[in-house]
Amino acid sequence: MTVITKKSENPTAHLTPEDVEQIGIELDAIRQEVLDDRGERDAAYIRRVVAIQRRLELGSRAVLLGSALPPLWVLGTVGLSVAKILENMEIGHNVMHGQWDWMRDPKIHSTTWEWDNASTADGWKHAHNEVHHTYTNIVGKDNDLGYGIMRVDEDQRWHPMFLAQPVWNFINACFFEYGIAAYDLELGRNLRIPKEKRSPEFKAQLSKTLKKIRKQATKDYVVNPALALPLGGFLPALAANFTANLVRNVWSHSVIMCGHFPEGVETFEKKSIPDDETRGQWYLRQMLGSANISGSKAMHVMTGNLSHQIEHHLFPDLPSNRYAEVAPKVEALFEKYDLNYHSASLPQQVGSAWHKVVRLSLPNGWLATTNRSNLVEQTKLLWAMSTKGPKVRRAAAARLQQQERRLAQAA
Amino acid sequence: MASISVPSGAGQGARRATSLRTVLRRVADAAVTPLDVDDVLDVFHPLRRGRDGLQGRIVAITPETAESATVLIKPGRDWAGHVPGQYVRIGVDVDGVRLWRTYSLTHGPRPDRCISITVKAIPGGVVSNHLVHHAQVGRMVQLEQAEGEFVLPQPMPPKLLLVTAGSGITPVIGMLRNLFSRRVPPSTDIVLVHVNQSADTAMFRDELRAHGAAGRITLLERYDDQHGVLDVSDLATLVPDLDERLAYGCGPAGLLDALEGHHAERGLTLHTERFRAHVVAAGAEGEGGTLTLPDGRQVEADGTTPILDVAESAGALMPSGCRMGVCFGCVIPLKSGAVRDLRNGALTVAVPGETGPDGVPVQTCISAAAGDCEIGARR
Repeated sequence: MTVITKKSENPTAHLTPEDVEQIGIELDAIRQEVLDDRGERDAAYIRRVVAIQRRLELGSRAVLLGSALPPLWVLGTVGLSVAKILENMEIGHNVMHGQWDWMRDPKIHSTTWEWDNASTADGWKHAHNEVHHTYTNIVGKDNDLGYGIMRVDEDQRWHPMFLAQPVWNFINACFFEYGIAAYDLELGRNLRIPKEKRSPEFKAQLSKTLKKIRKQATKDYVVNPALALPLGGFLPALAANFTANLVRNVWSHSVIMCGHFPEGVETFEKKSIPDDETRGQWYLRQMLGSANISGSKAMHVMTGNLSHQIEHHLFPDLPSNRYAEVAPKVEALFEKYDLNYHSASLPQQVGSAWHKVVRLSLPNGWLATTNRSNLVEQTKLLWAMSTKGPKVRRAAAARLQQQERRLAQAA
Repeated sequence: MASISVPSGAGQGARRATSLRTVLRRVADAAVTPLDVDDVLDVFHPLRRGRDGLQGRIVAITPETAESATVLIKPGRDWAGHVPGQYVRIGVDVDGVRLWRTYSLTHGPRPDRCISITVKAIPGGVVSNHLVHHAQVGRMVQLEQAEGEFVLPQPMPPKLLLVTAGSGITPVIGMLRNLFSRRVPPSTDIVLVHVNQSADTAMFRDELRAHGAAGRITLLERYDDQHGVLDVSDLATLVPDLDERLAYGCGPAGLLDALEGHHAERGLTLHTERFRAHVVAAGAEGEGGTLTLPDGRQVEADGTTPILDVAESAGALMPSGCRMGVCFGCVIPLKSGAVRDLRNGALTVAVPGETGPDGVPVQTCISAAAGDCEIGARR
């Protein structure tokens, strides 16, 4: 997607500044309605989810003690995968957002929660809550846009390394928790700084993260397999833990890709965001920069209600069990102001997000200008763009875009 | 320096036991990280020994009057016991929000190890109304260990005067129940002046009358609607041997202040128990107050500026994040006082001793002072 300000048809062009502020007022009213009603029912919900998750995880780990028997291995691995997904998505992510802080229960509080993930709660809260939720989809500010390793927007300059991004994206999906940890540390940026010049904050965070990773790995790959040892299940239990982590990683990666990457989700230019962005303007950016996944209740819970990504981005601190309830009101508001409420099924959204990852691994315009007859030339061009340095690359990129424009005009 | 000799075998055995326990615990913790074993065991046995944070389960709720009820609680195994007259801090989830209050224990130590509090629903009282009218048997409550100096002396004095008003009877009923449950009741001569608005609203009326009828205490019931509001200067008439009695008083501040003045004038000893020491006067909308920072400095905060900005302008290092109420990166405890949510005007109030030992967490970036308040450092 091209940043919204460079589009020929800006999807917000029909809105007056007063409309935007009115949207803000109406969304605030929806938020307030939930706050006024928030109480016992919500508290009971999160406590029930936590209790179910803990029983499921413990039960699955108990079953895995006998994981030398294949049926038990399957049962335990499925249970553990679901437990880990619940823990990360519906519990951890949302608790760390402060969605349950109002209960004043120190055991379910954003300041005390630590999650079953390689990334530390502190690092994640900074990178996710502060940076991503504040600067959502602003190219150059929101690191969630491609996580700094991928090109997910036309306005990110193409570089040959992006040719491999479908592969990286797959690897990132499989080891997503480590990807998140590296991302929260801004590892890439920090590693480029000479060792002696790295900030003490980074060093402290790095050591905390490494300690956390060690503890996590000890749990999944040493202690729990060792407990299965008496029944001859060390290796099967280890494999089960690895599988559960893999499943959790791929699942959470897929859900998160669906939140902001599908085709049609808007992105924003850094300089187009005013310093004194109003609440209405911020809301509007959240409305256009997120996509929902439609599906069953169970699917919503397993995504941590991030299937209601639009509602989550509008109201990141409302209890997750309320997103489904406010969704119809939010959708009606989109309709009222003639905005695109982006929602599709999980396979569609995952497909769309992957399509974008593959499409943008190539220079802008390359796919559009390629047909069967010029395939060889185009491949040569791509080869030249990849190997002959930035000057050739830039010139070729400009030419490709020009050709694409002409093609579009002709059609 | 004195050395303490321990039989060596026993010492080693104990050490071995501890170290085995420690090792097992460490393995178990490693198996469930980032949780610890406590979090997991909580699901199955919230009342077990060694839990981080004492809890209790409500086992019975018995109405005392139309507006009061006794809540019987089975405390966790770590409950260290109490002396009658002491109180307990209790954290109750009311409509999902944990609120802390202090209530006197209305029984002495019981054979079933349960503890009880008797709560009078005060108009507008969120927790008291919840406990009297809505609380359900089986629900968990948070507890702290019993505290309080309002206890009878040992050995007992020959003559005792107890003056209570309204729910001020609650610590005293605990004392009396404990005394009279003993096989050999004490020989102390006890006078109880029990003040209430009317006979209907008097908690434990029948139980106290029974004690009176059995000659265990001299009960003087005073009802505002029958006798008029008690004037402490009438005490000497009501209790002729007033000067010979060690006195205990519990009730509203007005009565206790008068009683203290009265007894001080006559040079008599009086022990009192006050239920509400601190009253927060929350300012009107938009009115600020004095903000006390974690380092103890005080700055003026108006009612429209986020306390995060106020504290930072004063040079304090504050945790912060999005500055728009979204990220919760700025949450710190409000130790006392009131703040107002700038987005919707909602008040958050912290009362030391009531709203939990660690204060109430607030988002400083969208909270403005609503009267004087004190914030603490991040936990």
